[in-house]
Amino acid sequence: MRLLTHNMLSSNIKGVTNGFPLLIEAVKVVEKEVDFNEDFLKNMFVKVEWKALVEASRTLGYTELPESAEASMLDSDEFLRKFHHALLELHLEDGALVCPETGRKFPVSKGIPNMLLHEDEV
Amino acid sequence: MEMGVGRGGGTKPPPMEVGNGGMGVGWKSAHSVSHFPLLQPALLPGLYSHRRRHLFVGEEKKDIKKTMTSRPELQAPPEIFYNDDEARKYTSSSRIIDIQAKLSERAVELLALPDDDVPRLLLDIGCGSGLSGETLTEFGHQWIGLDISPSMLDVALEREAEGDLILSDMGQGLGLRPGVIDGAISISAVQWLCNADKSSHEPRLRLKAFFGSLYRCLARGARAVLQVYPENVAQRELILGFAMRSGFSGGVVVDFPHSTKQRKEYLVLTCGQASLNSTTPNAKGEDGESCSDEDDSSGDEKNHSVSVSDRHRPRKKQKLNKKVRGKEWVLKKKDQMRRKGNAVPLDTKYTARKRKDRF
Repeated sequence: MRLLTHNMLSSNIKGVTNGFPLLIEAVKVVEKEVDFNEDFLKNMFVKVEWKALVEASRTLGYTELPESAEASMLDSDEFLRKFHHALLELHLEDGALVCPETGRKFPVSKGIPNMLLHEDEV
Repeated sequence: MEMGVGRGGGTKPPPMEVGNGGMGVGWKSAHSVSHFPLLQPALLPGLYSHRRRHLFVGEEKKDIKKTMTSRPELQAPPEIFYNDDEARKYTSSSRIIDIQAKLSERAVELLALPDDDVPRLLLDIGCGSGLSGETLTEFGHQWIGLDISPSMLDVALEREAEGDLILSDMGQGLGLRPGVIDGAISISAVQWLCNADKSSHEPRLRLKAFFGSLYRCLARGARAVLQVYPENVAQRELILGFAMRSGFSGGVVVDFPHSTKQRKEYLVLTCGQASLNSTTPNAKGEDGESCSDEDDSSGDEKNHSVSVSDRHRPRKKQKLNKKVRGKEWVLKKKDQMRRKGNAVPLDTKYTARKRKDRF
């Protein structure tokens, strides 16, 4: 699971008001190369929650992302490369996602998070 | 005397032994059915067993017909039907791969994404083994796939699907942040929502949760194209009804409507048209524009306008009023009629009085 997806996921449990962002417990992280596409990155920049992305990338062991980012930084190729790496090339293979409010863990195995809710959480 | 079946120039094939050993070989004529060992209907492989199966106790003929149909939805819930074997079968069938590819291409076409070569972030709902996701990758997009069957997702991993996969149940809500998705497709999946697979399932609640969360996570102007196989008209109406109630506008596109085999239905739903319900949300601003408020606007069913449009019907604004009965409504109507000039009975204490149920 890439951080792109993690940045979009929120805890769906009944009664939870702020289920985003899910905290990451990383057991195994893999890096996979992905084609660089500037347009896509610019498109995604407006949608991404920057703080959550920085936090998550740090948990996965990547510390190059700046704390805060503005649209003007998109002109810098270096920044785009870092953004690209953090968003698309870091994969969480094994571990868990944790709901920030309830602490409920959603296990991640083989890169697939199990977001199935139990009967009482729906 | 030798029953020489070989006699006569060998035109008759030699009879097979019918199991009575010894003597019996020669005396049956070469043309009789006992050439071949007697086959019980039950032993006939797949092709004919559905016609000749004996009824079990308590079963009726129509029950057999139902389970032997080609609708997997009637056999088991999706996470059980699509087990390892079925997942493998499904994905190794070239016919299915072909069909899925065609359906996905059509769905992407119907998404009507801007033609600017910018990769988008799309959803593949019910992505299964990644067959439809492959098409999305071919078009150059990034995608997130959701499915309820672990076996199917395993096959997707084997096929090295480019998109991220999530094991989840769409009837529980998609669990995505508002306004982040540029488009969604679903191939042959949404009709599974109409089944009550567990006793705690209520299809309507699940449909509501699905469409509500889908609407929320789509960006303004984004579309969802859902290719479905509804079992009957009622199911189609049910699905469409919940889609509309969640705030979507749109309609159904039917390809090859007159061919039973080739007929395919696509629900094309758009998010964020101007003529939406009266609880029209305010645009969120530059970042992350979404189609809905924070509150669940689909919960308010009284007095909201639903814009209904599809290819065959002109746009109509329908006002849905729950309270169409009641004394004041009756009196109002009678007044209207009087003004028109109709003969209307006088208003008395009996007007619009509550009658007994049998009326």
